[in-house]
Amino acid sequence: MAEESSKPRSFQEIILRLQTYWAEKGCAVLQPYDMEVGAGTFHPATTLRSLGSKPWAAAYVQPSRRPTDGRYGENPNRLQHYYQYQVLIKPSPPDLQELYLGSLAAIGIDMDLHDIRFVEDDWESPTLGAWGLGWEVWCDGMEVSQFTYFQQVGGHDCHPVSGELTYGLERLAMYVLGIDHVMDMPYNDPQTPIALSYGDVFRQTEQEYSRWNFDVANTGVLLKQFEEAEAECEKILSEDHIDPKTGKHIIMAHPAYDQCIKASHLFNLLDARGVISVTERQAYIGRVRALAKQCADAFVQTEAGGATIARAGEG
Amino acid sequence: MPDLLIELFSEEIPARMQAKAAADLRKLVTDGMVDAGLTYAGARAFSTPRRLALVVEGLAASSPTVREERKGPRTDAPEKAIEGFLRGAGVSRDELDVRDDKKGQVYFATIVRPGRPAAEIVAETLEKTIRNFPWPKSMRWGAGSLRWVRPLHSIICLLSDESGANVVELDIDGIKSGDVTKGHRFMGPEAFRVSGFEDYETKLKRSKVILGADERAEMIWHDATNMAFAAGLEVVEDRGLLQEVAGLVEWPVVLMGQIDEEFLELPPEVLQTSMKEHQKFFSVRNPSTGRIERFITVANRETKDHGATILAGNQKVLSARLADAKFFWENDLRIAKDQKMQPWLDSLSNVTFHNKLGSQRDRIDRIAALAGALARKTGADTASAVKAAQIAKADLSSEMVYEFPELQGLMGRYYASAAGFAEDVANACESHYQPLGPSDDVPTQAVSATVALADKLDTLTGFWIIDEKPTGSKDPFALRRAALGVIRIILSNNIRMNLDQFIDSQLLKHEIQSNRHGATEQELSALNDTLEEIADHGVFGAAFRLVLDKLEGKDDAPDTGEGSVLRTVADQVPDVSTDLMAFFHDRLKVYLRDQGLRHDVIDACLAMPGYDDLALLVRRAKALSETLKTDDGENLIQAFKRANNILTQAEEKDGVEYSFGADVKFAETDAERALFAALDNADTAIAPAMEAEDFVSAMSAMADLRGPVDAFFEAVQINSDNQMVRRNRLNLLTRIRQTCLSVADLSKIEG
Repeated sequence: MAEESSKPRSFQEIILRLQTYWAEKGCAVLQPYDMEVGAGTFHPATTLRSLGSKPWAAAYVQPSRRPTDGRYGENPNRLQHYYQYQVLIKPSPPDLQELYLGSLAAIGIDMDLHDIRFVEDDWESPTLGAWGLGWEVWCDGMEVSQFTYFQQVGGHDCHPVSGELTYGLERLAMYVLGIDHVMDMPYNDPQTPIALSYGDVFRQTEQEYSRWNFDVANTGVLLKQFEEAEAECEKILSEDHIDPKTGKHIIMAHPAYDQCIKASHLFNLLDARGVISVTERQAYIGRVRALAKQCADAFVQTEAGGATIARAGEG
Repeated sequence: MPDLLIELFSEEIPARMQAKAAADLRKLVTDGMVDAGLTYAGARAFSTPRRLALVVEGLAASSPTVREERKGPRTDAPEKAIEGFLRGAGVSRDELDVRDDKKGQVYFATIVRPGRPAAEIVAETLEKTIRNFPWPKSMRWGAGSLRWVRPLHSIICLLSDESGANVVELDIDGIKSGDVTKGHRFMGPEAFRVSGFEDYETKLKRSKVILGADERAEMIWHDATNMAFAAGLEVVEDRGLLQEVAGLVEWPVVLMGQIDEEFLELPPEVLQTSMKEHQKFFSVRNPSTGRIERFITVANRETKDHGATILAGNQKVLSARLADAKFFWENDLRIAKDQKMQPWLDSLSNVTFHNKLGSQRDRIDRIAALAGALARKTGADTASAVKAAQIAKADLSSEMVYEFPELQGLMGRYYASAAGFAEDVANACESHYQPLGPSDDVPTQAVSATVALADKLDTLTGFWIIDEKPTGSKDPFALRRAALGVIRIILSNNIRMNLDQFIDSQLLKHEIQSNRHGATEQELSALNDTLEEIADHGVFGAAFRLVLDKLEGKDDAPDTGEGSVLRTVADQVPDVSTDLMAFFHDRLKVYLRDQGLRHDVIDACLAMPGYDDLALLVRRAKALSETLKTDDGENLIQAFKRANNILTQAEEKDGVEYSFGADVKFAETDAERALFAALDNADTAIAPAMEAEDFVSAMSAMADLRGPVDAFFEAVQINSDNQMVRRNRLNLLTRIRQTCLSVADLSKIEG
């Protein structure tokens, strides 16, 4: 049967099919952002590009790190490093739900056999000063994606609204491939001469990072780096918008945002090391949010952020 | 008489919002039409995950033409006044009538508001409804600015009668009304047209959508119970879950699945909570063992494999979830058994209860000390009460409660048992949270009742001292519930205690804690001494004075001047205490009113000693209430009031108090002498009865006065010319008053 042959055989095939599907639907297929982030939302292609009036359509894989979720590669579902597939379309098209369901079909989920449900789940990121309304999507009772209409990012109302889809790739793939332990999942085609499982690729790194995250990371250094990233972010944004060397109008929203991402990840590392008390936690989250907000403020003054820029010398 | 059909078709509406949204739609649309003069016979609203629908039957074809006559100025009024009247009424001068009035000739205008067709009113009302819909949370989407709960896709707005159906034209930010909708997302996705409500409901069903939420809930419950029954099992009833699940499906298909053997040893509440919270599964119980052995899930569709794939998927997800729960359970049990929960208690030092009231650990220490003091009153074993209070909140740090906060208390009981604590101590971990609401059970075991009281009193005094009291409808810390809980625990366990004393000392404990870093050693020691004095002698004021007296003249006596720590505390505690006591009395009145006890009866008893001994207070009030229901009691009140009035007037007029000295030897009539005798008898009976708290006897002795008092008023004129006799009679009235007041303050009784 056609259905049988359309079943993917590996983790990477699922990723490739999603890439092809969203490319066909008109998304720019971007590459992962080259920094440590906690979720695909942190990629500037989502956080910053969801701001302002310019239309946008992007899809990408984003490696994500959640130090507290490390389980030394032993837990069947939990990883401190995993992949998210992220789609962001602005303005959100009227048929986004249908487009999304099409992507599930594309990775081999037979719509006639499964029970797909959109269950209320409002999304909020206190560190990004962002929130939206939407659902978690259930397939036979399992959450396979997060579906969100962004209402606010970095403290700014989203106009127009972006539709965001986030797939937890490992969990989704395990479900599609019928695998019980993530480390047993075929990473590439199991029929190839050098067949690799997810465990072949990641078991060792899960162990190494779990140990480092929980017990070894130098908290003094991390704390210092957090302060530095925070200071650097603010310094970048305080620079004159006119570059003294070129005379060009350049607001450095992205370099500043890199520092915000850094601060956020450093906070996650400190959290995993257990050195942040409950009361301090809120304060740290507030500091990262303040950075995110300043970066958003800066981005909406840039061309990509939809501002009409009066360039130096023209005005 | 046309019928109106409205459907608002959107992306998935959160289940918890659907029922209210349907009701709101009905109310807003029908109210709006009625306000515009359009009457109707009946209206029903429906909801599914993707649509809100409304049918209004027997709608008037148009609103009636309304004529209004308006009186204007006199014909000789200034031109400006007449022009103003014309503008206001919207008529021209030649349309005015002139009529004779008392004051002369007056203009009258007849304003005619022509009726409007139903379609116009419906369109206007629906647009207003959509734009102002009271969703708990709403959103924008795409490039538009319209707000709805999730993107709104289409609108049916259809008026139909015998001659056919007509779309009511409407365009809301580009969404045009029509007569088209869609069925089930997967089983009936094609669009179709409808001609009226019946057609709509029928075609929806054909397209695998059950319009009524109640109908879906009934189907689910019917199939679920049948399926469980066939397997010799029963479904654990959960109306909230049933309603929610009915809001997640348009075409419910009930499936029953297995729970892996390895999870069946988990506490049933854990299975149930995990399945409900994460998966929205119903639990299926074996009625003979009480064990939860299977689950029921409700899919939103039929499949060609009859749900086999769906069930297998759900079962797999459940296993992963329960593996987590089992992991938590086993980890927690280890800490409970091996370390007696100590690590949890230690970690509660780092958890803030409220930033002005310290950590959870601080709170536990306060509750434990209070439980120890209360044990003397509740009859609980002191050591058990203190131990129970110390561990009652330990489970807040457990992994299971972190995952499922609603299992707090229950897990505490399991873990305390596992740690080897006595049964009544373990039970207190769970039942000290009770009563959770007006209909929840009150803890009856002495240890549980003691910890429950201590917990609630500590919370109330804490929030009172930091001035976070409930206001209006706002009660974020559930303090009304806590106060009612205290009242119900005291009354149903008949706990005799002077609440005032415990309120004062707990308020002071909060003060000591909040001052522990700012105050000097001497100040803290003075406050701690006061605490001990309260425990020994009663209320704050007296205790504090005693301590100050002892300190007077000493070299290291702490400052008690304006602005000092001690002065501030001394100023604050009594006021806060009075206020909190009044709050308890208010809650008590509300509670007793629901049981048929009048507030004035309570007020009459509040004026008596022991107003803060709630069990005593209520017994007194109940006895009084019963007495007032008797013929003698009711009449005696009238006689008491009469005596009281005469006395008050005479005392005012004469400028003296007729407070004592009535003597039987000045009595002139038999009625007077009989009353003297009756009062003597009453006093002899009442005093010991009051002493013994036998209010029924005391009040019946009081009610016995009715005959003699009535006879006295019948036979005797108080205001005799003989001043000696008059004074004696007034003094006799005083005796009536005093005897009655020794039972309760009858002057507070109304009517």
